[in-house]
Amino acid sequence: MNLQVVDLAVARGGVAVLAAVNFRLDAGRALILRGPNGLGKTTLLRTVAGLQPPLAGEVRVPEDQMAYAAHADGLKSTLTVAENLGFWASVFGTGSAEAALAAMNLTGLRDRRAADLSAGQKRRLGLARLLVTGRRFWCLDEPTVSLDTASVALFAGVLRAHLAEGGAALIATHIDLGLPEAALLDLTPFRAPLSGPAGAFDEAFS
Amino acid sequence: MSIWEYANPKKFMQTSAWVLPWITGLAVATLLAGLFWGFFLTPDDYKQGSTVKIIYLHVPSAMMGIGAWFMMLAASLIWLIRRHHVSALAAKAAAPVGTTFTLIGLVTGAIWGEPMWGTWWAWDPRLTSFLILFLFYLGYMALWGAIEDADTAADLTSVLCLVGSVFAFLSRYAVYFWTQGLHQAQSLGVVGGDRVSNVYAAPLLLCIAGFILLFVTLVLLRTRTEIRARRISALLARERRAA
Amino acid sequence: MIALLLRDLRLATRAGGGFGLGLAFFLMVAVLVPLGVGPEAATLSRIAPGILWVGALLACLLSLDRLFALDFEDGSLDLLATAPIPLEGMVAVKGLAHWLVTGLPLTAISPVLGLLMHLAPAGYPWLVLALALGTPALSMIGAFGAALTVGLKRGGLLMSLLVLPMYVPTLIFGADLVTRGAQGQATTTPLLFLAAVTLGSAAVLPFAAAQALRMNLR
Repeated sequence: MNLQVVDLAVARGGVAVLAAVNFRLDAGRALILRGPNGLGKTTLLRTVAGLQPPLAGEVRVPEDQMAYAAHADGLKSTLTVAENLGFWASVFGTGSAEAALAAMNLTGLRDRRAADLSAGQKRRLGLARLLVTGRRFWCLDEPTVSLDTASVALFAGVLRAHLAEGGAALIATHIDLGLPEAALLDLTPFRAPLSGPAGAFDEAFS
Repeated sequence: MSIWEYANPKKFMQTSAWVLPWITGLAVATLLAGLFWGFFLTPDDYKQGSTVKIIYLHVPSAMMGIGAWFMMLAASLIWLIRRHHVSALAAKAAAPVGTTFTLIGLVTGAIWGEPMWGTWWAWDPRLTSFLILFLFYLGYMALWGAIEDADTAADLTSVLCLVGSVFAFLSRYAVYFWTQGLHQAQSLGVVGGDRVSNVYAAPLLLCIAGFILLFVTLVLLRTRTEIRARRISALLARERRAA
Repeated sequence: MIALLLRDLRLATRAGGGFGLGLAFFLMVAVLVPLGVGPEAATLSRIAPGILWVGALLACLLSLDRLFALDFEDGSLDLLATAPIPLEGMVAVKGLAHWLVTGLPLTAISPVLGLLMHLAPAGYPWLVLALALGTPALSMIGAFGAALTVGLKRGGLLMSLLVLPMYVPTLIFGADLVTRGAQGQATTTPLLFLAAVTLGSAAVLPFAAAQALRMNLR
């Protein structure tokens, strides 16, 4: 079981940003995407997660095996920590959220409303959601924003455990996660050439 | 050669540049002839007097108010199915034209209605369904205007046009159910003969042809403008990326 | 799907969820209209079905712009789109949740407002029946409008412009059903048409709305 990205080109706002991206992610591995701001890392991750169609090429991934986590954690501020996580657990049909709460060190906060959490705690809750999806491939967009050093280490541990169980992760990040075994992919060489395949619309119009 | 070749913006621009002067001339000629004939060369009606002559504006513009919506529906379907950008832009271009025709239909109707029915406005089924159609046009144009990304705007307005058509159609029948009207029945028909005497029918048909040509002219012109605007934004996007 | 329904109901009933605002608005309409048109029972009783329907329609509209916008802003919509629930099912469930917290309570308190509006006694069962049958259509049509405008700033105003014309058939059949019921006339035709509009909306609009959401997400 693996994830394959073949000749992928992605567009943001109708303009091609990355082209001819090829990589493969096997079970048990992590791949870290690097590149300057505005290069199209988020767009690439959204495309891989199936939220937007590719401009060209394809993403080969087993059906219903992608979990996506981005800057917004999808938390409801009037629900408690346990309610927020329990909701996602039942949406993905994985039952209990207790293990995920414990893994992200949130058990003590379980009855607190999400509105009363700090930014780092919210982030931890957002990442705990990945555990209750029960999905093998994680698409993570800057997962460590607003986490302190201890929490980053905690998350790296969770990630390592996920990989050990045969999971895989595709991560866009700038900081060192403490995962020396993860492969690195610099996306800068894949920047779409100016004269290259533009969005279908713009090609026709220029 | 397939008809879809004209859906390529470049091809469309070339062809429409060639067609536009001719069709503009034809539209002007037909309209002038039709309106002149209608206004000055036909007798006054024995009951309605000279007010009857407003039908040369009222009937064709009302027809085109509906016709424009059908054209937008067809163009939206083409966009959703075949994703030809010109089609989406043509639908966008047709909306204000259709709105204007609908408004002209409503206003000329009111001007005629005052001396004839003794009121500027009646909640008659035809009038009401036209007013509702006008509201649908407003919503459609507002949605185009509100969305920044051109492709998303084309997608969403097409879906709105499709669903809106169903509800507009439904509203029409609901309105007929809701009230019985003052408005006379359809005046021109293929079956059962025309109810407009021949004196008026010929110039009326000429005016209808003129309005159709006028509609095509305006839509072509506006589609060309939209394509150019789209080209500019594509160039600007390219420039921003190069910087 | 049940989890989603429960979450939406829970969110609506928690503080700041806006539950009850629609009801209060509905009550306002029934109080303000008599103040505007005068207290004569005959006039009020004649316009009661229409006013109550227009009030219900506007009250429904009030909370619709939050239907998807909140989930869009906090990222839940992205996450739901990658969840195993089909987007069509999600739209239908959210429409249902919206109806449960607006349409259903409106239907329940409508007899009291009918009283304020001097609705003819024969009209009460018809008023409740018409609202119970028609308000689900209002929620579903509204969900479609909300899906179209989900990514927009000030989408609420635009949404009203898109949705209100589509409410015309429901309004006409619904109000006519109450009017006829109150006057003791035959009610079968508007009843069937009203049911048809609701069933048709519930069957088709989740697909259109889900499509619109997909277009908005990418």
